[in-house]
Amino acid sequence: MSDFWMQLLLTFDATLRVATPLMLCAMAGIFSERSGVVDISLEGKLLTGAFVAAAVASLTGSAWLGLFAAIAASMTMSMIHGFATITHKGDQVVSGVAINLLASGITVITGIALFHRGGQTPSLFGDARFHKIELPLVETFDAIPVFGTIYRELISGHSILTYIALLAVPMASLVLYRTRFGLRLRAVGEVPEAVDSAGISVTWLRYRALLVGGALCGIAGAYLSTSHGANFVREMSAGKGYIALAAVIFGNWRPLRALMACLLFGFLDAATPRLQGVEFPVIGEIPSELMLAAPYIITVLLLAGFIGKPTPPAAIGQPYDK
Amino acid sequence: MSATPPLPRWADLVLLPLINLAAAFLVCGLIVLAIGEDPIKALQVMINGAFVYPGSLGYTLYYTTNFIFTGLAVAVAFHAQMFNIGGEGQAYVGGLGAALVGLFVAPYLPSIVAIPLAVGAAALFGAAWAFIPGYLQAKRDSHIVITTIMFNFLAGALMVWLLAGPLIQPGQQSPQSSEIAASSFLPTLQGMMGNFGVKVANSPLNMSFGIALLAMLVFYILIWKTRLGYNIRAVGKNQQAARYAGINVPRVIIITLAISGGFAGLMATNEILGVNHRAVLNFTAGYGFTGIAVALMGRNHPIGIFLASLLFGALYQGGAELDFEFKSITREMVLLIQGMIILFSGALAHMFNPPLARFLAKVLPGKGDQDV
Repeated sequence: MSDFWMQLLLTFDATLRVATPLMLCAMAGIFSERSGVVDISLEGKLLTGAFVAAAVASLTGSAWLGLFAAIAASMTMSMIHGFATITHKGDQVVSGVAINLLASGITVITGIALFHRGGQTPSLFGDARFHKIELPLVETFDAIPVFGTIYRELISGHSILTYIALLAVPMASLVLYRTRFGLRLRAVGEVPEAVDSAGISVTWLRYRALLVGGALCGIAGAYLSTSHGANFVREMSAGKGYIALAAVIFGNWRPLRALMACLLFGFLDAATPRLQGVEFPVIGEIPSELMLAAPYIITVLLLAGFIGKPTPPAAIGQPYDK
Repeated sequence: MSATPPLPRWADLVLLPLINLAAAFLVCGLIVLAIGEDPIKALQVMINGAFVYPGSLGYTLYYTTNFIFTGLAVAVAFHAQMFNIGGEGQAYVGGLGAALVGLFVAPYLPSIVAIPLAVGAAALFGAAWAFIPGYLQAKRDSHIVITTIMFNFLAGALMVWLLAGPLIQPGQQSPQSSEIAASSFLPTLQGMMGNFGVKVANSPLNMSFGIALLAMLVFYILIWKTRLGYNIRAVGKNQQAARYAGINVPRVIIITLAISGGFAGLMATNEILGVNHRAVLNFTAGYGFTGIAVALMGRNHPIGIFLASLLFGALYQGGAELDFEFKSITREMVLLIQGMIILFSGALAHMFNPPLARFLAKVLPGKGDQDV
């Protein structure tokens, strides 16, 4: 395989790694926003998940315990959001801002109290991390020319959490469009009065949507600190929650389209270091800042209606008043 | 809910914010307790660090200045029922405006011209950065919360590119601009008082504090004494009614956002013209987000915003002291307190209201009862 194709393949491979937390957070955002609750707290939940996963994995030596603890912690954050916005009908954006700040503060404070390393957690080894797993039949497929390489480099060799993220997308689609819960969840984000008059609790539905979102963000956080990275560093979510939110909008609040957006944003991110110093014909070198800003630029253009028109859930942002 | 009696005005303006504040501090105190430190001692350290040590008050007021600007920025947009979450980016780009004037125009001008120009540029650049989301909200129905978040990141990318590229100080590796011309430095309180022979402890407090006080006055007059302010409040209360009354709603939204961005941009006068004297990376340091807490606590009124800014100024300055006194509590404690304050006085604003109202209605001799 020529060098260019190999490079491209490796970039796609990196894309999947970068896009994993985006996919999980985007699905979380879809569940929450489809139920009518604005979720800019994806960022804070991701950060909380990342910290708790690394801390628990470091203390117990088990990545799996870290993962479950991260899910629980992130769901707790979701419940704070729910308590404020569903039970007490508070402003959903304000609550999201609060949760993001709480996450920034509490991860560092607890990190210092537990590990005395300026907010970082110790490096994780062995079972305390999720490692790449080799899918079966890699050796067998190696004999097949092109497919063998693609299978070995791109499809095989990711962390289990990446496969969970890839699975989360069709699962989200299935739940939203093929189950009673999903139908009701979508309805509650469009016309909550109708759901209420059918005798179904708007409150409980929205809480469940937030719980699902919390769990997904927890997995995404665990991926950041115990799979992609080998410890927690302060502010390690670094805006990924907001990019995931952009992907939700870009995907028009639909799982499969949001996946495409995550892969696009992930690809831009993965391609950035590879393009540094590369001169293009006519345009020359692309500044890496422009590449990193691309997801935000694209989302603003989309929101402005220059590339299609997003249609958010009708009842989004409004607390439900009986 | 309908059975809840209305809250008396004094309770709504004074008691309820204090209860929310107390709740926020209580939860933070419990967290400090949980990590094995003494919350009372932590509070004492913060108060000493913010007010008692020599020069600490100057530092507190220096932080307060930032929060007045970003708080006013959020508040003016809140009056039109718009959530400007982009103060961070607007202040950042405002700093670019101030630095550009300081670098390229001020060298040829005396202070008396250079300073107003640089201050104006900060406001103008901040306003321009908020104008775009404002325009997109008003004309193209793009949600302001999302676009302003995106514009924070865009401002970040733009400034990294400029400070590591075209504007980098020649011969320097770290991404920062050259020093701006001395004629655009804002005089410090120390320097100003020194002219009169009065000795003041060393602190970064400078003329921008005066600009902030002036901005509060402008805010008050704008919102409550002008036609535009009336229009802003009308749009905030009810867009349909405002349109029916002949108010050009999109225009008001765009102007409001630009004013909001202008206030945020002025924050850069303190950081760039007053203290750093050059454009540096991330000088906004989260002050834009703190503006949200300030506006919520200050009930979108200049006096409230001043008090809330003072509180946060004290928290930031006192929080820095935590680093020296404690092993396990650091200035990140301030982020936590800030988050709790936003949670209790913003997101959970309706939690203590009904029980308090019922309690007061029972306790106070009931002139309310006769009305009902």
